[in-house]
Parts: sequence; C-alpha cells; structure tokens
Amino acid sequence: MKLLVAVKRVVDYNVNVRSKSDGTGPDIANAKMSMNPFDEVAIEEAVRLKEAGKATEIVAVSMGLKACEETIRTAMAMGADRGILVETDAQLQPLAVAKVLKALVAKEQPQAVLLGKQAIDDDCNQTGQMLAALLGWAQGTFLSKLEVGDGKAIVIREVDGGLETDEIKLPAVLTVDLRLNEPRFVKLPNIMKAKKKPLEVIKPADLGVDVDPRLAYSNFRDPPKRQAGIKVKTVAELVEKLKNEAKVI
Amino acid sequence: MSVLVIAEHDNASIKKATLNTVTAAGKIGGDIHILVAGKDCDGAAQTAAKVAGVSKVLVADAPQYNHELAENIAPLVAKLAAGYSHVLAPATTMCKNFMPRVAALLDVAQISEIIAVESADTFVRPIYAGNVLVTAKSSDPIKVITVRGTSFDAAPAEGGSAAVEAVDPTPEAGLSSYVSQELTKSERPELTAARIVVSGGRALGSYEEFHKQLEPLADKLGAAIGATRAAVDAGYAPNDYQVGQTGKVVAPELYIGIGLSGAIQHLAGMKDSKVIVAINKDEEAPIFQVSDYGLVADLFTAVPELTKAI
Ligand SMILES: Cc1cc2nc3c(=O)[nH]c(=O)nc-3n(C[C@H](O)[C@H](O)[C@H](O)COP(=O)(O)OP(=O)(O)OC[C@H]3O[C@@H](n4cnc5c(N)ncnc54)[C@H](O)[C@@H]3O)c2cc1C
Ligand SMILES: Nc1ncnc2c1ncn2[C@@H]1O[C@H](COP(=O)(O)O)[C@@H](O)[C@H]1O
Repeated sequence: MKLLVAVKRVVDYNVNVRSKSDGTGPDIANAKMSMNPFDEVAIEEAVRLKEAGKATEIVAVSMGLKACEETIRTAMAMGADRGILVETDAQLQPLAVAKVLKALVAKEQPQAVLLGKQAIDDDCNQTGQMLAALLGWAQGTFLSKLEVGDGKAIVIREVDGGLETDEIKLPAVLTVDLRLNEPRFVKLPNIMKAKKKPLEVIKPADLGVDVDPRLAYSNFRDPPKRQAGIKVKTVAELVEKLKNEAKVI
Repeated sequence: MSVLVIAEHDNASIKKATLNTVTAAGKIGGDIHILVAGKDCDGAAQTAAKVAGVSKVLVADAPQYNHELAENIAPLVAKLAAGYSHVLAPATTMCKNFMPRVAALLDVAQISEIIAVESADTFVRPIYAGNVLVTAKSSDPIKVITVRGTSFDAAPAEGGSAAVEAVDPTPEAGLSSYVSQELTKSERPELTAARIVVSGGRALGSYEEFHKQLEPLADKLGAAIGATRAAVDAGYAPNDYQVGQTGKVVAPELYIGIGLSGAIQHLAGMKDSKVIVAINKDEEAPIFQVSDYGLVADLFTAVPELTKAI
C-alpha cells in the first residue's frame, strides 16, 4: 500500500521561544528549525511498514516556505521515496493544511495518511482529525502502536485513562504519538541518496485549495513570569514553609 | 447567542472537566446547553442537568456513541451545532479526538485549548509549549473550541435544573470499532483534578524506585502521581501519568517535582501550579527557576525524610 506522510518544518524543540517585543509574532527569525518530532515518528513508522513489506511507496509532503524542502529531504533520507512541497508563504492553519492534504490524497490515492498528533509550534492537534473528516475516512489518533492488516488496522491509542485499542477500516488517517517508535538517525550516505530522490513543487492554487487563515492571531506575548522562589536548606525547613508560609499542607 | 458544551462523562456521571468548560461557556454569554452522547448515559444526563447555569441537556443515547468513537460522534455534534454560535468541549484526549473532526465537517477552524475568553469571538491560547500566548479572533459563523480545564474554575455541580431532551442519533458510520482498553487503576485522585501532585522524573531510576519513593509521599498528602516523559518512556510509570506539552496539564495547589530537570515541555504542563517544590541534586536544574521552594538534595534521602516529616 501507498502511504502519504505529512512533515512540518518547525522551530526545534530545544529552542525556548519568546514573542517579539512588538507582539506581532514569535521571535524565531534566527531559530534552529527541524522536522516536527511527531512527524519524524510518522516517517519512521512508514519506513518500518515498508521494510516489513506492508507498504510499497512513501510520499513525504510538506506545506509552507521553500525551506520546507529541507524537511522533505530529511524524510527522504530516513526512507521516504519521493516528496511533494506545496509552496506558499500564507500563514497555514490546520483546516487549510487538511484541505491541501485532501487534494493530494485525490491525486496520489494512498491507503493511509500519517501525521504527527500535534505540531510543537502551534500546538493545535487538529490536522489529522480534520483530514479524516474531509475524506470521510476512519481515524486512528495518538497512536502508540499500529498493526496494519487486510483492509483494516488495529491501533493502540494513548488516552487520558491509559490505552485504548480500536479497529479501524482502511483507508485511514493515522496520527502518531512519541512512544510509537524511536526514529532512526539519518546516515550520511542516505542524505546523499535523498538528494537524488524526486521532489515535486506545486502551489495550493494548482490544487484548487483556498488556504486563507480563518483565525486572526494577534498580541503575541510571553506568559506571566513566576516569581523566583527560594532555596531551602533542609527537609525540615521545607515542611515548615509548606505548612506555615504557603499553607498548602 | 447560545453555547453547546459537549460533556466528558463515563455514562454514569459527568467528569469535572465538563464543569470547567461550562464556566468558559458562561464567559461567552447566552444560553448554555450540554450534550451527553453515550450508551445508557441517563445517569450522566441527570448529573449534567444539575449543573448551575445550564438551561438544557441534550441526550443522544445509542450504541454507536459508546466509547465516543470520533467517526460516530462528530456527525452528531456537527448536526446539532447548526443551532448554536459556539461548540465547546474540554481539551481531554476524548474531545481532542473528535472536535477537529466536527470543525472540518462544519468547514470552520477549531480554536484549541483556550485559557481565556476575551469576547464572543476572541480567545487566548498558548502556543510553543506555553512559552507564548496569543489572541485568536475567529470570523467563522460557528466557533468550535476546546477548553483547558485548569484555566477555568469548575461550575457548581449542583443548583441547576435543566430540561433533559432526547435527540435523534445519527447513523453508525461503520468505519471504526472499539476493541478494548487498558485503564490505569488507582485509588488516588485524578491527576488533572488533584489538589496536590507529586511528580517523578528520570532520576527515580526504575519502576520499583518510582513507586517505592513516590507512593508513600503521595499517600500521606492525598496526592495524585505524575511523571515526566522520560520516566514514562523508561517504563517507570504508565503513559497517562505524563505531565507536559504532550501529556496532561495540571495546576494543583501544590506540585512537587522530584528528580526531574524541568524541560520546556514538562513546564508546559505544570507551571501554572500555585506552589511548586523541586527536589533535585543539581542546583542548576531549570526546574528551580519556576520553583517557590527548591531543595538541592539527593532524592533518595530527601524523599523518605519528607514523607516521614509530614
Ligand atoms: C515533542 C516533545 C514533546 C515532549 N513532551 C513532553 C511532555 O509532555 N512531558 C515531559 O515531561 N517531557 C516531554 N518531553 C521530553 C522533555 O524534553 C525532557 O526530555 C523530559 O521532560 C526530561 O525528563 P526528566 O526531567 O525526568 O529527565 P532529565 O532531564 O534527565 O532530568 C533528570 C533530573 O534528575 C536530577 N537527578 C538525578 N539524580 C538525582 C538524585 N539522586 N536526586 C535528585 N535529583 C537527581 C538531575 O539533576 C536532572 O535534573 C518532550 C519532548 C519532545 C521532543
Ligand atoms: N505545514 C504543514 N506541512 C506538513 N504537515 C503539516 C503542516 N501542518 C500540520 N502538518 C501535519 O499535521 C500534524 C498536526 O499538526 P497540528 O494540527 O497543527 O498540531 C503535524 O504533526 C504534521 O504531520
């Protein structure tokens, strides 16, 4: 089966992002960028399915600026066969991304689309579910285990109370959680090979998709800072403070 | 203007996160209705009807709503949404699973995990693991919103007397089915609702030590137990203990972080706690920057001592 995997270019998870002083956005002009960590897990899972003989082709898709090509190349170095960049400088929100992916699904006819459960920049946790709705497909979200069978998949999902197992029909949309697998390190020869893999660049308009944002974001600001506290020297002092000063125990 | 709140419930009664969401709905204004969708969920509907400020409870009681599969519940909510200006649900894994599906069926954006209501169309939400707050203004005809429970007080569970009304179920989608669940059993308070949370990190070193060190302390304090992703990944604790950007968000009166460094992603889930205590042997650990009381010590001596002292 053919797999489509959505990979987003985001500020690296180690960067402590602050907002610009004029409130017009996050201050990320010089920040290190990486593939969204969840999307690395999605690519890894796709590659493992291919290695297990269950998937035949993996197409990595990214939407955004030209620089997203890097993210697609990383996906190809991990094992994706080819890439599609939907290039735009529009501010993409999950509904728009889902609509672009729907159009690509019509074109590519995959049996499953894999996404991260959440992008660590916008923290939306929406795109996969939205795509499933637009396609009228089953969805398996927050996956910590995936077993692909004939025309169906068994998924184990991380939920508030623990783990839930569902059976879903294929084709389906799958969103992955971090514990699904541990993504491989990319080896240099594979980076070289990835440079030769096909990468198609198209525009949202080529797909007939309107990507205008529905939400207007403004007043980006830092959250209120916590007051710096004190260091206590002993356990006894800690207990005394908690009882008499903070009055929480 | 009228707001439909989707209840998080277990068929027998509604969960506390629903009450926080009702408070958020109250800040928007207009009538507040609650939808209880489930199977044999009359108990939940009756508890929803008592919530202060709620004027109507809609009940969709049908086998296809058991376990809240997104493919079945989203069309129901999308159909009912036509009569409302806002649809709100708690930002729990159950609602995060189907609410974006509702939004897409309605061709509207979802506003995820709001922490404040500025007006009927303008909300505040955290991005970048809570390092940045942003104001989001929606121009969509129906606002689909998930609500961070820790940012809104719980509405009183008693005092209301809403009318309970059955609604016609939508058909079984035939796309997915529930197989089983493995729920963590615990006598302790629920993590997101607990007054005190004791959390452990990688430094606990093993499943045995995690439980041996933290349980007696949590028992004495009547606390819930949380964990970092590192501790969960290492198998010291189940996944539903994880606090953080991609786990649960907690804001208890007292949060005690033990043997955890305070990574950005962990802070995202606990830095709104009222009082934060950190026990870490490294005085440079970032957790101390957000702690009210920091104790630089080896946890394996400090924790037993603390347990004894309280
Ligand atoms: C996309 C993404 C999402 C993530 N989401 C989350 C999330 O939701 N929640 C989360 O927690 N993490 C999350 N993480 C992981 C996060 O980045 C950190 O790796 C993790 O929080 C570290 O866990 P820790 O503090 O237990 O371990 P460490 O960072 O290894 O810290 C261990 C601490 O214990 C101290 N210590 C060691 N021995 C002792 C001792 N004997 N006594 C006292 N102190 C001792 C050390 O000084 C150190 O500070 C995420 C990461 C990514 C990439
Ligand atoms: N611009 C994008 N390009 C590629 N994939 C994306 C993009 N935006 C979102 N996604 C995918 O959707 C997932 C969830 O994103 P979100 O709903 O924004 O939290 C991500 O983990 C990606 O797999």
